[in-house]
Amino acid sequence: MKGVKFRDHRVVGGIIDLAQRYCAEGADELVFYDITASPDGRSVDRSWVDRVAAVIDIPFCVAGGIRGVSDAEEVLNKGADKISINTPALERPQLINELVRRFGSQCVVLGVDSREDDDQYHVYQNTGDPDKTAAAERMTVEWIREAQDRGVGEIVLNCMNQDGVRAGFDNKQLGIVRDNSYVPLIASGGAGAMSHFLDTFQSANVDGALAASVFHGAEINIADLKRYLIDNAVDIRPVS
Amino acid sequence: MSPAYVAIIDSGGANIASLLYALKRLNTKATLTTDAAVISAADRVILPGVGAARDAMTRLRDGHLIDVIRQLTQPVLGICLGMQLLVDASEEEDVECLGIIPGTAKKLPGNTSCPVPNMGWCPITRIAEHAVLSELGDGTYFYFLHSYAVPTSQHTVATAQHANPFSAVVSHENFVAAQFHPERSSVAGEQLLRNFIGLRQ
Repeated sequence: MKGVKFRDHRVVGGIIDLAQRYCAEGADELVFYDITASPDGRSVDRSWVDRVAAVIDIPFCVAGGIRGVSDAEEVLNKGADKISINTPALERPQLINELVRRFGSQCVVLGVDSREDDDQYHVYQNTGDPDKTAAAERMTVEWIREAQDRGVGEIVLNCMNQDGVRAGFDNKQLGIVRDNSYVPLIASGGAGAMSHFLDTFQSANVDGALAASVFHGAEINIADLKRYLIDNAVDIRPVS
Repeated sequence: MSPAYVAIIDSGGANIASLLYALKRLNTKATLTTDAAVISAADRVILPGVGAARDAMTRLRDGHLIDVIRQLTQPVLGICLGMQLLVDASEEEDVECLGIIPGTAKKLPGNTSCPVPNMGWCPITRIAEHAVLSELGDGTYFYFLHSYAVPTSQHTVATAQHANPFSAVVSHENFVAAQFHPERSSVAGEQLLRNFIGLRQ
């Protein structure tokens, strides 16, 4: 799925075909979001996870409605390398500790949907459904600090003001979160041009950058993007 | 590809599926097992691992597999936690490991420029010859996902860099181990698995 500012999601195409295409282009990791899982109160449909695992040879992460150790175990046993949690962790932060104790920090990614309101960054939840999206009554930096103390191994910061508008990553916000995180930080939301990726690596010191629509629409080819970043001295795996 | 039969030791961690799929893509027969007879008779043995060292060692001990693994004479590959299980001990919960390859896994030192866990693609530097790295030169990227690592030693075949250099690949006699995940390391990982399957006994 892809979306624009968390509204009007549309099906983009066969995920197996897309996954294989991105692997061949040199993507370093894939993330699969079932974005309506939490607002619909159901867990992720897992029938596709082992089909993805069978055909790709790079790591992948599954997100959507993982509410407990058994949900996570099923996804990981089908071949996912990591699970990403968002709304369920906001509703019950102890979930992070439980997942980390069972699978280790390296398996547990925290997705954070964050928006700037009145010069302050707030966390939002149930962002897969515009009618159910709500402020989580948490400040972004406080939440990422708490989640790290609970053992989360990676943070994907999705900057909602930027999501889908293709005006570049929110490097100001990412920089603030970077200064408060000691686990890998992945930038998400706002990619529209190759230069946006270079900007976020250079100015926000993120460990990775995530994008959807520019890749789904083949507006940016991942192999071209990686060559451009390497030419500009970003330290990443070259395209083979 | 030789018709090697691979036993994958089930040490209890999740995420064995990706390894099984990777071997299947190489047309190699593999089975996930805790059966000592199957493990001892296999052409190749892989000790994988995701999770905590103590849990995995407890499972190996309860399955009476400690001495079985120590006595293996065919090529054995440890992956990630499996590498840490092959050394003497791990700082993670101070657990005694199999003691097959000398060394102790230590917690990676972290800071905001070198976050822990170390998650992502890192290039390796080769410091010794080993057939498992055939056609995989200096600077080849592999996918790492770990919080503990084995320091460099005389058994190190290749290093990678976090805050400090650590062992990316170690070997001792018929045992070889990788801190990274070959099953998730694209064409380079596939080459390493192919090399391992093709090792001479």
